[in-house]
Amino acid sequence: MYWKELFRQMTDIGVGSAFIVFLVSIFIGAVTAVQTAYQLYGTPFVPASYIGLIVRNTIIFELAPTFTALILAGKVGSNLASELGSMRVTEQIDALESMGVNTESYLIATRIIGAIITIPLLVAIASFAGISGGYIATALGDTYSIEDYIRGIRMDFDPFDVQLMFIKSFAFAFIISSISCYMGYYVKGGSVEIGKASTQAVVYSCIFVLLADYVIVALLL
Amino acid sequence: MIEISHITKAFNEQQVLNDVSAVFEAGKTNLVIGISGSGKTVLMKIMNGLITPDKGNVYFNGRDFYSLSREEQKALRQEIGMLFQGSALFDSMTVEENVMLPLNMFSNATKKEKLDRVNFCLERVNLKGVNQKFPGELSGGMKKRVGIARAIVLNPKYLFCDEPNSGLDPKTSIIIDDLIIEITKEFNMTTIINTHDMNSVMEIGEKIIFLHKGVKAWEGNNNDILSAKDENLTSFIFASSFLRDARDAMVEKMVK
Repeated sequence: MYWKELFRQMTDIGVGSAFIVFLVSIFIGAVTAVQTAYQLYGTPFVPASYIGLIVRNTIIFELAPTFTALILAGKVGSNLASELGSMRVTEQIDALESMGVNTESYLIATRIIGAIITIPLLVAIASFAGISGGYIATALGDTYSIEDYIRGIRMDFDPFDVQLMFIKSFAFAFIISSISCYMGYYVKGGSVEIGKASTQAVVYSCIFVLLADYVIVALLL
Repeated sequence: MIEISHITKAFNEQQVLNDVSAVFEAGKTNLVIGISGSGKTVLMKIMNGLITPDKGNVYFNGRDFYSLSREEQKALRQEIGMLFQGSALFDSMTVEENVMLPLNMFSNATKKEKLDRVNFCLERVNLKGVNQKFPGELSGGMKKRVGIARAIVLNPKYLFCDEPNSGLDPKTSIIIDDLIIEITKEFNMTTIINTHDMNSVMEIGEKIIFLHKGVKAWEGNNNDILSAKDENLTSFIFASSFLRDARDAMVEKMVK
């Protein structure tokens, strides 16, 4: 096992993406809270605490895993494809193979395992940040109280929701990393082909993430 | 010693190598020359196991590379050093990390022993004080020398150099050639060099194989080449009127 390379990949994928995932999730949570409040505003039969409930479920079920995966398909996917692609065209992969290094293990397995370990952690951060974003939006607005929001967050909590979030995040991590590594590792040509591989990695990752999202939900719910 | 026997390779419908056989001796600089697209790089990649031939065998001191198990091939690859055309240094690693990589992969030495070996190899290629630099900070000639240092760090028996002088000025090319021949003699390696640099051919071509359209068209050394009769070879080597005049002058001098 190439531990050093694995930790380098975990750092690049995980630490390198944590800030953007956190920032985007805060705003998504805040916007979700504001828009939910707007839609429920003036409805006498729906308690204000439902805003927190809807924000929590939307974020845990869908926004945290899927939105994070789409962000990472763009950031990590293109990076993996272009890094491996340029290694291929500049003969760095050949250099490793000529040394007797198993490049599939060294370059691809470390990236896929690194993504499978770190992306679920990023999704966990995203869900926390999203719910926190909703809290901040609640605190800044005057439509409903923070107590209502907190009550909604804690209402009817089912641990399976979190399990589903992690099942999705593991699947998305595998999809993004494997597609991107494949696109980059088998690139042929020069800089134009690297660019194309990078774009294809993002496009295919997004498509397969959304497809997998539907399949997982259809199977497990 | 490396022996290649009846190497044949085609990509799709295009025949790249056709029944190429040769023997490359230890302690000598063996050159494979030919125009671009003649099959030199494919032949080199077949010899070090990066491309599998359609037919033929590659023997490293009698061991047929393509008959070995995966583990045996891995072990044999540790006896092979390779300098790539573009140096193929890892951009995200420093010079020291690049040279140390094969040691980290295959050696059980302590960190200090590895560092000593890295420094020895860097000094051997006349590079000092660049350990912490990244490849992007080096000139083309320095990158080639780091590539050579990395290729020799495991003390290989076989050294492959794919166009070591490409992109270098004539003076740096001579430095690289001198370095390769010195290392070859010092460590008694079997060195195979792909080149179309005529200066290298004349200076270090102890054994030369000329490939033309994937076929071995001529074999000899840097002395024989001046009097070679193969038309494709002469038109390749003495491509310009300046070189033809220089050859005629040299032959005239030898006759006198």
